[in-house]
Amino acid sequence: MTSITPQRQIPASKRVLLMATCLCDAFFDSAAKATVEILESVGCEVLFPDGQTCCGQPAFNAGDWVASRKVIRHFAKVFAGNEPIVVPSGSCAAMIFHGALLAFENESDKATIQALANRTWELTDYLVNGLGIKEWKGIFPHRVAFHRSCHTRGTGSADAAQQLLQSIRNLDLLTVGEAEQCCGFGGTFSVSFPVLSQKIGELKLQHLTENKPDYLASLDLGCGIHIGGLLAKQASSLQVLHVAQILRDAQLNNQRFITQ
Amino acid sequence: MKTFQQIDIATQELDPEVRASVYKTGKLKIETRQKVLARDFGSRTDKIRETAGLIKQHTLEHLDQYLEQAERVLIKNGVKVHFAADAKRANDIVFDIMRCNNATKVVKSKSMVSEEIGLVPYLESNGMEAVETDLGEFIIQIDDDHPSHIVSPIIHKNRRQIAKSFEREGLGDYNDDPSVITRRARKHLRNKFMLADVGITGANLVSAESGRIVLLTNEGNARFSMAPARIHIAIVGVEKLVPRDRDLAVFLNILTRSSTGQQLTVYTEFICGPRNPGQKNGPEQMHVIFLDNKRTEVLASECREILRCIRCGACLNVCPVYRQAGGHAYRSVYPGPLGAVLSPLLAGEQFPQLADLPKASSLCGACHEVCPVNIPIPDLLLRLRNKGKEMGVAHAQKGTPDMTAWSLLATHPTAWNTALQLGHAMNYTPESILNSIPSASAWLSSRSLPEFRGGQFRKWMKKRK
Ligand code: SF4
Repeated sequence: MTSITPQRQIPASKRVLLMATCLCDAFFDSAAKATVEILESVGCEVLFPDGQTCCGQPAFNAGDWVASRKVIRHFAKVFAGNEPIVVPSGSCAAMIFHGALLAFENESDKATIQALANRTWELTDYLVNGLGIKEWKGIFPHRVAFHRSCHTRGTGSADAAQQLLQSIRNLDLLTVGEAEQCCGFGGTFSVSFPVLSQKIGELKLQHLTENKPDYLASLDLGCGIHIGGLLAKQASSLQVLHVAQILRDAQLNNQRFITQ
Repeated sequence: MKTFQQIDIATQELDPEVRASVYKTGKLKIETRQKVLARDFGSRTDKIRETAGLIKQHTLEHLDQYLEQAERVLIKNGVKVHFAADAKRANDIVFDIMRCNNATKVVKSKSMVSEEIGLVPYLESNGMEAVETDLGEFIIQIDDDHPSHIVSPIIHKNRRQIAKSFEREGLGDYNDDPSVITRRARKHLRNKFMLADVGITGANLVSAESGRIVLLTNEGNARFSMAPARIHIAIVGVEKLVPRDRDLAVFLNILTRSSTGQQLTVYTEFICGPRNPGQKNGPEQMHVIFLDNKRTEVLASECREILRCIRCGACLNVCPVYRQAGGHAYRSVYPGPLGAVLSPLLAGEQFPQLADLPKASSLCGACHEVCPVNIPIPDLLLRLRNKGKEMGVAHAQKGTPDMTAWSLLATHPTAWNTALQLGHAMNYTPESILNSIPSASAWLSSRSLPEFRGGQFRKWMKKRK
């Protein structure tokens, strides 16, 4: 599909600003930790601007662009600088490099937001297309079903993530039917349209679990919270992991294997 | 499950059999589309989609110029050209043409624009006979129903229901064999074709260069409706124009492949004007009615890209919401992602009534990915959500959590951090907050939230330094 990512400079230094996302702040600290650990393992210096909150997406999608712009402006202030901004979420990254541009198309500080957009990367896109990492050294002896989250459409992320996962030893990357279909989350959509959201989600789950995975993997914990929530209600023990967690665990497994 | 949004309620109430058939058809068409495009165009597919989008966008941005050009050449070809500002005017023009020519019988081929202006009911209520000749539309007509898809109008019906309707209409004993149904419709319609005074069509594309009107059908009914009739009337949305004949090739290559997965439809007509003096068959008169009906308002809006639409139906077929809700849930002539943008806009002052449609989307972008004219539908949905919010349309906001408190927190880091930590300490979990919102408790009836771990990551990060 037509690309929605801006023309980005390949970053010169390996200093990055981490945008952990509000979902990691509230629920998924393990995914944010894994993100820090894998970035450091490839030689990045990871800075965490303390004033960060959210990318502005909830209000943007809810149609409240006035509220959303406030949050985006706050984001721009907190993430000022030249370093790449790395986000372990396809959806929050796309909010900054695509959504924010829409929200600011008639605003006077549009240029600031464009500059912000040009520095923002989803994590695996940054690893593969920013740093040029083509394979991931590690072992992960499990069957993994990868959910191609919707906000990675038109970006390099889904291909990047699958390239990395595929290169991990013993990782069995399963095929998933109707991979282009949504999980039904959509942020506030899942709250205001619970019937649709549930039906779409259950269908997605069928496709994801068809080939008996040990884990589900995603670049977006929004999808993760939704799919995981459906699984929990069904009393399933299947876990949704962020791709960063698999990359990190694969590395750890590798080190254990070497030291043994 | 308690739910408040109209589309969500309609989804809950939809007959599971209908849902299954919409889903199956949509899935099949999308898979065929994918296969055919990959086989014929491979990685050039996106380039073609983008080119088609650019041609249409260019035409729209110079629409006045191309409309004039088309008018001039159509007149030269012997066509009478009319402009209709709205639905009523378009219907009146058709009626006047018929009255002046002592015509009472119309055969119509499938056209969404005639649905939009309510042409058939209008003609019927004015004493004319108007018969739909596309098989699907014919079934819709005898059932007094509405199409639920822009290409496959009866996607929501199964053959048992159709067989019953045929029996009721005296078209033969109950028989649900599709070939029998088709044969019976054919026999019935053949008479209508032969006796009609007027054939009414839409247009898939119009070349401003030559005035060529392109009609695509699989059943040949558009062609047949023009052969015996004295008069051909084409009702055309102004956005159907493309600059040159050679541009038609781009659209012919991408439209049907996107729509049904065919390389071309079975019948492709290029009509330049009425019958030539020496020609044996064909209408003596040809009229083209260019319809505005709020299109110039859409053109002036921030959602003008939607006018590129060539009505292929791919966005409906791929849409996870359309697949679950079906077309009637959209309460308008144009359903699916296309309709969620276009219908509220065409509603003009009635926009608020349909302001909930743009919200019925997870913004997944599958529609944009398949659209042959590369319309960024999710962006347009978002702009309309913003518009609905600015206009303060209350029903569209139902169930959407208010963002004021959230944006306050999200712009005050100290408060944000405190909220995260306090929430953690007091077990003031989002789950308990959510449960107090009625629509959110519906969410929780089928999903649960993970353990709340507010502030944990920040603590860990601090310790590392
Ligand atoms: S919006 Fe695009 S995909 Fe949808 S019907 Fe129109 S042309 Fe087809």
